[in-house]
Amino acid sequence: MSVLEIVILLPILAALAVLFGAPARAASVGATLANLVIVLALSWQYAAKGSTGLAFTQAREVLANPAISFSVGADGVSLILALLTAIVMFAAVWQIQDRPAIFYVASLLIGGGALGAFLTTDVFFIYAFHELALIPTFLMIALHGHAEPIERKKVAWKATVYLGVGSLVLLAGLVWLVVEFSGGRDLTFDLEALRAQAKLTPLPVEKQGVIFFVLLLGFGTLVSLFPFHSWAAPAYATAPTPVAMLHAGVLKKFGLYGLLRIALPLLPQGANVPWVQNALLLMLLGNILVMGLVTIRASRLDDTLANSSVMHMGYIFLALAAGSEIALKGAVLLMFAHGVSIALLFALSGKMRNQLGTLEYSKLGGLASHAPAFTVLFAFGAFASIGLPGLSNFAGEAMVFAGSFTTFSGTLTNLHWTVILALWGVVMSAVYMLRAYRHIFHGSATTGLFMSDPALPQRLPLILMAATLLLTGCCPWLLLNLLKGALAAS
Amino acid sequence: MPPADAQSPGQFLPTILLLLPFFSALIILLGHRALKNASVLISVGSSVICFLASLALLATKGAEGTVSILPFIDVPGFQAGIDAMIDDQSRGMMFIVTFIGMLVHIFSLGYMKDDEAKPRFFGSLSLFMFSMTGIVLAGNLVMMFIYWELVGLSSYLLIGHWYQKASAAEACKKAFLTNRIGDFGFMIGILILFGLNKGDLNIDNLRDAFVTGGPLAEVLKNNPGIITVAALCLFMGAVGKSAQFPLHVWLPDAMEGPTPVSALIHAATMVAAGVYMLVRVSFVIVTPLAAETIAGIGCFTALLAALMATQQGDIKRILAYSTLSQLGYMVMAVGAVSMAAIDGHAAHGAHPGHPAMFHLYTHAFFKAMLFLGSGAVIYACHHEQDIWKMGGLRKHMPITFWTFAIGTAALMGVPPLSGFWSKEAVLGAAFDSGCRVLFIAGAATAALTAFYMTRLLVVAFFGKARTESAHHAVEVPLVMALPLALLAIFSIFSAWGPFSDFLQAMKPEHVEGHDTVLWTSVAVLLIGSISSFLLYKGKDADPIRIKLFANKFYFDEIYAVIVRECQDRLAWFVTGIERIFVDGLVARLPAAIVARIGSATRMLQGGHLQGYTFLLGGGIIAVVYLVVFVLPRTH
Repeated sequence: MSVLEIVILLPILAALAVLFGAPARAASVGATLANLVIVLALSWQYAAKGSTGLAFTQAREVLANPAISFSVGADGVSLILALLTAIVMFAAVWQIQDRPAIFYVASLLIGGGALGAFLTTDVFFIYAFHELALIPTFLMIALHGHAEPIERKKVAWKATVYLGVGSLVLLAGLVWLVVEFSGGRDLTFDLEALRAQAKLTPLPVEKQGVIFFVLLLGFGTLVSLFPFHSWAAPAYATAPTPVAMLHAGVLKKFGLYGLLRIALPLLPQGANVPWVQNALLLMLLGNILVMGLVTIRASRLDDTLANSSVMHMGYIFLALAAGSEIALKGAVLLMFAHGVSIALLFALSGKMRNQLGTLEYSKLGGLASHAPAFTVLFAFGAFASIGLPGLSNFAGEAMVFAGSFTTFSGTLTNLHWTVILALWGVVMSAVYMLRAYRHIFHGSATTGLFMSDPALPQRLPLILMAATLLLTGCCPWLLLNLLKGALAAS
Repeated sequence: MPPADAQSPGQFLPTILLLLPFFSALIILLGHRALKNASVLISVGSSVICFLASLALLATKGAEGTVSILPFIDVPGFQAGIDAMIDDQSRGMMFIVTFIGMLVHIFSLGYMKDDEAKPRFFGSLSLFMFSMTGIVLAGNLVMMFIYWELVGLSSYLLIGHWYQKASAAEACKKAFLTNRIGDFGFMIGILILFGLNKGDLNIDNLRDAFVTGGPLAEVLKNNPGIITVAALCLFMGAVGKSAQFPLHVWLPDAMEGPTPVSALIHAATMVAAGVYMLVRVSFVIVTPLAAETIAGIGCFTALLAALMATQQGDIKRILAYSTLSQLGYMVMAVGAVSMAAIDGHAAHGAHPGHPAMFHLYTHAFFKAMLFLGSGAVIYACHHEQDIWKMGGLRKHMPITFWTFAIGTAALMGVPPLSGFWSKEAVLGAAFDSGCRVLFIAGAATAALTAFYMTRLLVVAFFGKARTESAHHAVEVPLVMALPLALLAIFSIFSAWGPFSDFLQAMKPEHVEGHDTVLWTSVAVLLIGSISSFLLYKGKDADPIRIKLFANKFYFDEIYAVIVRECQDRLAWFVTGIERIFVDGLVARLPAAIVARIGSATRMLQGGHLQGYTFLLGGGIIAVVYLVVFVLPRTH
């Protein structure tokens, strides 16, 4: 049995065990901790060997025609995302407090599904694992969301329709690809075989553009690409804390991972077709500029965080539009960084909601005086998310911007103008984050509701995430060492 | 005497200078509640060691080069490591930063003695020291930008030290955001150079690419417009950090921070980082438009801020506007020297940064001195900051008075104090630029400087005490007086030959034929100070009232309107569009797509694929629909 199979199955088995009566907290924390250790060890081994391609591979045939097999394997990108999943999943189950076992089960299933999607190399299973992770997400929003039952069902249903339709579009695109690249022989869902075929007989450029666009819409909806984003903000604001952490932090990255892993290698010219690129640039500007302004308007912390998370996806799409090696590596760093920082922020806002009962800025203030440790942790998340150097997100953003300017030689193209406008988004991020920080933490101790620091055991998962932000922020080469292999379509 | 090893300045000292304050900050900020007063010791200790290391670095004079310290980003096509660029400019600046930094640490021992959050204060100071030594050492523009942001963070933390006060909380936010606007340009500038120089942002290499016919020299020949844009974008970063018009509004509000912070960060070092950076990349300022814009903005800021300073009552704000004005001087000097160089009549062998860096250097000492002096006054007067509520402090606080008077004289440019020499260098540069307006405005600024500083000194220190707190003021303790005295000595002597040579102050060669400059600067000094002395002697209220100056030309009010009317209105409008239009329209799209998918998949070959499609994609919709809408009804 491959070690990656263990990584994928561990949380899923733990979830089943909890369903059948195992002690929920012990099983979940144990399984996720073991997972984190294994993934760390694998990443270390991968980097130490200087590996570039797929490692830890294994395949089990499920179906001969069409060829579907449960094949696992990881390269640097999948390992970084697996690491992200392991960290956030561990923190998410650890921070659950006084909740029914279903919270643990859902978290483990979402995390396990994400790990499956990131670590399998068969398009069928990549897709199926993602769907597996989506179902508990919707259910938890509908059943345990922070809103009146009618309201939260509406939110869950909206997310379901958007993501369901997005998945369908995606599936159509994937099937189209499989059919195109099976070359008239038996159909195969094996990603490596498809990649080899795509190298051998690339599609005509215009057709690549069309399929790429279909995939972009499908994957893009899952990542809240503007204008298919409006499910995201209410869903995150309503979702129970561990679900918000895992979906915004981890599962949403699946769409980006898919574009990076499936769309770019199979359709290397697809993103360069002018109309596709221009459409993508417009949409990502929607994410950054429109959602930036929307975020500035937010009057509640959960609203700010949810919208900012939609906004920040724009920077990763920018890397895809640029398509250069540097930008894509930056995008992977940014996926990791955004995942950890938004999960940390959602964990913190969840604690605030539990203690204070509200996240309205107008009712908050002066928390820094009551809860200094909490304040420092929040500062880590907030400053990371506005791209402060020394914390994780900066290196990724810098590489995305630089990678989008490698082609600059004196005249500004559409891409370069987009970068410049996107840079204004960096200013907007600072506006809404510092406003939030000012409203919540500054001011005298009597301005707002009272809240105390969480006890040390409850602080540990938060500290883990903050430390991750600091470590990968000061030493981005730790992650870049996993990305020695080429990402860009050559 | 050249050192034994003239090639490499070594890795050891820069590593200490960077990492010691970094770890000091990290340990204190994360563990200050456990460490309590030990954190003060760590911070002060680290600042003393850094000062000693900077002295040792001065001794490596002659050695130049960039040494790498730690990796950061290293992928093909984009390398940016943590490095240290050692030359005269960084050695001299490092001395200023660590010396004033150390004195401010010591002064704060007294000033912040009773502050509850003293450990947090010292932790933030260490963070600042780390980021500032980083800016000084940065050998590539990515690192420069990184530390650039980090000084912004430490400035944010220190301005907001008393965050319980609404004014401090607003001020730190304003400082950070205003700087971000400048950084917006800075980033574009860096990206343009990144693209043009094929991914190499090392400052040495960039200079070579301009000077020795590299790729940038090529671009300059064919497409000078883009070089102008790059230079002005980089300059925008300096406009934010060094608080130049139109982004100057954050600096006066930054006075909400504790006064030692104002001395170190918002007078001597961080705000000068903009000028430092500009001098570092002065090889990009090679087009007339860029040079003229920089000189013009600097000159305008200098004059504008000096006018504002004449009508302020708060002692720290007077000094803050004076800092703005002097920073404008330095920026103007950078622009003016570049203008002269482009026209080809620069003084032989003159480094474009010399007058600006030289003024930065002398200004750092006397302005830090003045701020610490004002801190001593505020401390003695029980946190009274209005000069009209002081008076007669000369008798109660002799050490503070004399040191403050020396600092004032240096700032006004009284010969032979340090400020006289550097101001003459700046005015000389303005004179040589060939643009009369620069010189005249520079001279007018000098006159105004003499005017408002004399006013400050006469009102606060002479005459009779106007309030109880001023009446009972007593001299500050030794830990506060000692830094004042040391800085006063530097304010007098720092421009003198042997002194400035040792400290590598980048003193410009004295140029002959500057008699006009010399006599002008003496004349404006006399006009400004004598008129002010006569006007303010023995007065208990300001005899002149100019609302426009007192209200800082209403910039804050204008900007508030812009933010409210433009940004917030736009956000309101866009949010409305997003909620109603996008959501409404796109929400209808899924239904249409569901219909389409059916026919699309029918077109595909292989009938069983259709099955998969609906099994997988449709499946989750069905499951969720069941659980959410159907099951609850059956209960």
